[in-house]
Amino acid sequence: MHLNERPPPASRNVKLMATCLCDAYFDDVAAATVEVLEHLGCTIDFPERQTCCGQPAFNAGDWESSRKVVRHMVEVFEGEDPVVVPSGSCAAMVFHGALLEFEKEPDLGAIQALAHRTWEFSDFIVNGLGVTAWPGRFPAKVAFHRSCHTRGTPSGEASLKLLRSIDGLELTPFGEGEQCCGFGGTFSVTFPNISKGMGELKLEHIAASGAEVLVSGDMGCLMHLGGMAARREQTPRILHLAQLLRDALRAGVAREAPSTAAR
Amino acid sequence: MAAKEQPIDKYSRELDAEVRHAVHDNSAAGTDKRREILWGDYPAPDALRHVAGQLKQHVVENLDRYLEQAEDSLRKRGVQVHWAADGEAANRAVLDILRARGAKRLVKAKSMVSEETELADYLAKNGVDCLETDLGEFIVQVDGDHPSHIVKPIIHKNRRQIARTFEREGLGDYNDDPEVITRRARVYLRKKYFEADAGLTGANFVVADSGRIVLVTNEGNSRFCLAPTPVHIAMVGIEKLVPRDADLPLMLNLLARSATGQRLTVYTEFISGRRAAEQPDGPEEMHVIFLDNGRSEVLASDCRSILRCIRCGACLNVCPVYRQASGHAYRSVYPGPVGAVLSPLLAGKRFPELADLPKASSLCGACNEVCPVDIPIPDLLLRLRDRAKREGIASPGTPPMGLWASMATSPGLWRAALGAGKAMDLIPKSWIPVGAFQAWHASRDLPPWGGGRFRRWLKRRRAEQAATKEPS
Repeated sequence: MHLNERPPPASRNVKLMATCLCDAYFDDVAAATVEVLEHLGCTIDFPERQTCCGQPAFNAGDWESSRKVVRHMVEVFEGEDPVVVPSGSCAAMVFHGALLEFEKEPDLGAIQALAHRTWEFSDFIVNGLGVTAWPGRFPAKVAFHRSCHTRGTPSGEASLKLLRSIDGLELTPFGEGEQCCGFGGTFSVTFPNISKGMGELKLEHIAASGAEVLVSGDMGCLMHLGGMAARREQTPRILHLAQLLRDALRAGVAREAPSTAAR
Repeated sequence: MAAKEQPIDKYSRELDAEVRHAVHDNSAAGTDKRREILWGDYPAPDALRHVAGQLKQHVVENLDRYLEQAEDSLRKRGVQVHWAADGEAANRAVLDILRARGAKRLVKAKSMVSEETELADYLAKNGVDCLETDLGEFIVQVDGDHPSHIVKPIIHKNRRQIARTFEREGLGDYNDDPEVITRRARVYLRKKYFEADAGLTGANFVVADSGRIVLVTNEGNSRFCLAPTPVHIAMVGIEKLVPRDADLPLMLNLLARSATGQRLTVYTEFISGRRAAEQPDGPEEMHVIFLDNGRSEVLASDCRSILRCIRCGACLNVCPVYRQASGHAYRSVYPGPVGAVLSPLLAGKRFPELADLPKASSLCGACNEVCPVDIPIPDLLLRLRDRAKREGIASPGTPPMGLWASMATSPGLWRAALGAGKAMDLIPKSWIPVGAFQAWHASRDLPPWGGGRFRRWLKRRRAEQAATKEPS
């Protein structure tokens, strides 16, 4: 599927796929996603029966188990509305991975339909809603880790576009920026040694860049890097892009408020 | 834990730190050079990769037709064509050709297929002296080692190790100056070319419609393998075809840039058959051996796009796992991402022995992003993981997913687990088995459990929003 060429979303009624990591650990990321999308005039529907996108089993090679979970997901997110996911990885599972494992399945059509209206968070904001500059303020040196599952999608560029537009925010490039953080889902526990080596390299490059904040669009990468960073002496503050956008909005409002009052 | 360790992870853990750093730095430099030259020279290199990918996929899909055409074109140029179903047949074909001429000494240029068939060992056992003439391959040969990279065979060695090898082999006193090492190898090899009875090469491309063979090297050793020897044998995988001469500019421009960050390799040879009557030098006799060795089976599988590969090694250089583990970790001729797909496939019935290779990837997709023929390597790795699971091949450390799938398809159970998750005990052990916990915790903290918090937050927010909309 060519994500670069798809039409804008059918409506601003958004179904939120919160992802299992946010459901279990990172509730504030899901909350920030809601706040940001509502700020942009979207109405958010959170289907309560949602669980996971099926990616853990897909990557582990258990496609039979994965297909069961994907079928559940398709049923939960039925309809015409765009589905927005604050994770490049889970989004890629819907519009790429699921298509691969359903290649020879009779219900491939239903998967394709969901794939066509599923958007990664930053791609939805920039290319779906046409928002290319972000209001608010975030005075910090920020390192952006492009999550690997957004390779070949418009998400990385969309995230950077938003970050660059934020008042006070300084993007700090770092060495081997295109390299994986070492998470890779079950890879992180089946290849713990290589995964750790990759993570440490990433953290060293980020530390050398002088970044105060590490931001990414994927809580998988950030859980791995954050979990490793917690054991180091100096660690950047770790934020999902949705959190940073929300915090920038709040800071912008807080800054504008007194000057408005003064007038 | 030891029994649950993945072989490649174990290899990386035990790898000498100096070797790991050498492999990492050399690979990373290769990736940077590739990027610089491709993006410096072309406005849209990705478009070129996509076209080259389609071209090679077309060849793969029509391989039977192009092989027939290639055979025909080669014969018209006076080349004898041989078909080898497996490595042994290919080696025997080489030996038969040499015996027919009474040839005892073979000089060979770099060829991955001859590594695949273990030609040098086979010939040695049959009384033929087979000498590698690519500098890296030469060092690998005298060390009794194996290449660890398909383009840079000794990426895992440093100059001090090589200097010790040369000293041991009587090529001079210890000296680790690369220029001195190279000069000594040159003097030694030059003599050997003139003593040889036959030369063997691989082929980077065989052109179906012209019967031309293309060889690229940086050392010029393949030319020396051909110029003074009366017999030229080219051993080629059946997938190495391109349809027309006109396809070569695209492929050659991508190959050198992807492999070594060069616009073109120092030598690019177009071989159009044996020596013509009016030519002073060159082989009187030329043979092409097309090797199958499992490729037909790959062609019949849903992983056939791996046969597009033109062996540039860009995916090895960019791969974070290769950079941590080095090539020998893959226990096969083809290492790195391409090897993690190709090696288990070419293993045929021995697939289970190499079924761990496709697991050695975080699926980051960097390999696909640099591939000059746009092979969807992560997709192929995933297909092979699925195949291994279906064939019931055990995978150390991979958490079982059956129970997780049951939970993820039962929203009630899922919500219950989210709510009760604070005491992680209620999460079924098979979802996050103890081994996986340990593996995670060895180097990372787990964030505090927050199951159910978002759902509660959203309900409160909805209630507040409703309250502000309809003030009572």
